Amino acid sequence: MTEASPIAAASPAAFDVQRVREDFPALHQDVHGKPLVYLDSAATSLKPQSVIDAVTEVYARDCSNIHRAVHLLSQRATARFEESREKVRAFVNAAKKSEVVFTRGTTEAINLVAHSWGRAHLREGDEVLVTELEHHSNIVPWQILCQQTGATLVVVPMTDRGEVLREAFEEQLTERTRFVAMAHVSNALGSVLPVAELIALAHDRGAVVLLDGAQAMSHVDVDVQALDCDFYAFSGHKLYGPTGIGALYGKEQLLEGMPPYQGGGDMIRSVTFEETLYNELPYKFEAGTPNIAGAIGLGAAIDYFASFDMQAVHAHENAVLRYATDALEAVPGVRLVGTAPGKVAVLSFLMDAAHPHDIGTIVDSEGVAIRTGHHCAQPVMEHFDIAATARASLGIYNTTDDIDALVGALRKVQELFG
Amino acid sequence: MDLRELYQEVILDHGKHPRNHRFPEPHNREGRGYNPLCGDKITLRLQLDGDKITDVGFIGQGCAISQASCSTMTEAIKGKTLPEVQALFSKFHTMVTSDEGADDLDALGKLAVFAGVREFPMRVKCATLGWHTLNQALDDESGEATTE
Ligand SMILES: Cc1ncc(COP(=O)(O)O)c(C=O)c1O
Repeated sequence: MTEASPIAAASPAAFDVQRVREDFPALHQDVHGKPLVYLDSAATSLKPQSVIDAVTEVYARDCSNIHRAVHLLSQRATARFEESREKVRAFVNAAKKSEVVFTRGTTEAINLVAHSWGRAHLREGDEVLVTELEHHSNIVPWQILCQQTGATLVVVPMTDRGEVLREAFEEQLTERTRFVAMAHVSNALGSVLPVAELIALAHDRGAVVLLDGAQAMSHVDVDVQALDCDFYAFSGHKLYGPTGIGALYGKEQLLEGMPPYQGGGDMIRSVTFEETLYNELPYKFEAGTPNIAGAIGLGAAIDYFASFDMQAVHAHENAVLRYATDALEAVPGVRLVGTAPGKVAVLSFLMDAAHPHDIGTIVDSEGVAIRTGHHCAQPVMEHFDIAATARASLGIYNTTDDIDALVGALRKVQELFG
Repeated sequence: MDLRELYQEVILDHGKHPRNHRFPEPHNREGRGYNPLCGDKITLRLQLDGDKITDVGFIGQGCAISQASCSTMTEAIKGKTLPEVQALFSKFHTMVTSDEGADDLDALGKLAVFAGVREFPMRVKCATLGWHTLNQALDDESGEATTE
């Protein structure tokens, strides 16, 4: 037996991206006669085989409703559904399983809080703080709420690099600020907000804070207790899980005090025409038959993702991001939009030669899938006085070869539009 | 998939150097077009005398397909009567959307360069934005056309 070198012993097993790629069947196909290069994980990530299998197994074997029947299939499905809740709890380090409410995704989680907490607590003259870089789903629910309650929506501006700075945040924070809703990571720019610091500031003023974690879960460590956020919303489909499932984390004491979001089955303890007693947490917020297969698939996604050394995953993605940043900056006529220090996984860019929509079509013909448009963040586009960007975004399975393919495709754009 | 089918020289040229890229004076109709998906924007103004479009121009920003389509459209419709314009739009629409394509490309003249759009369903809205904006201008002076 040879002695392990001290260096090898000290560092975790190298992250093997080629092996990871084997886990994702969608990667192994040709599009337009070229091997697929998937650079759109910020829109939705691809799914590993284990997630696909978990979802299939629900329908093939444990197909039944949950929390209802005494038969074995229902017992199995209920157990796996609740195991998934425990997996979510552990992954975000919530104190209790009852603080994890399954939703359709980030959007529904935010709407749940706006509808339930917001209508119960906001009054005319109160202020709701958002930042300039929010996704529409963390703007519109608050806008609607403000219209309904007479509260005011206040916007924390970002810098031209796409950062939300403490000073700008403090400037907008007042004694009227009752609620703060902000992204943990920006989907259009990749900026990581200094959320722990901002949450502490907001709490000093007595405001309640929701983080939109849609883009964060797969790229940064999320510990809701360490962050001390009051609510955390995310989507399973950006975490290698199925679409149509996500979760809301909420502090127990806040969730307890909130009225139900939707009425129906499962969320009740007893119903008469005179009175309904609501179920305990988290079921009070889970009316109707949930996305059972989706929740179980999300559990499988967390199992998959958490099986890696997180620091190795982040280091791998950051290395590809740095490589991509240098490679894109070296292409004449390319300009990056969003250059916040410490940003993750997202490269929004413009080209002198062509409009983002044309870039998207041309690189697609080379097998490279990117997103083009406003990325559901029109205020961000407005900040930079543009209508759209092209956006390449990274997942666990991307390599520097993918970036080379993108750069090659961009050269095609230049040839054509010259 | 042949990109040259989509990005024909005429389209690249009109995309880069749109014709009639100005507002005509006088004008008595205006339409505004917006494609919420990609942010393409067009404001089109025209002078309608009787049922004849005597002048037309637009200011817009967006992808090469949307801008070139609007540019070639303004060239094609100037001096035409409303029934002639509607017939042209109908042929154009069939060309870019139907499986069979246009029955007579000749009648479309330069507009026939957009025949390749049919192979790119995600781009049909780009190619028709100018035309929807034109219809808006003719129908309702104050409205906004979207491609939805
Ligand atoms: C930052 C951010 N917030 C919210 C959402 C909405 O997520 P979903 O559509 O899964 O509800 C997204 C997804 O695009 C996002 O990137």
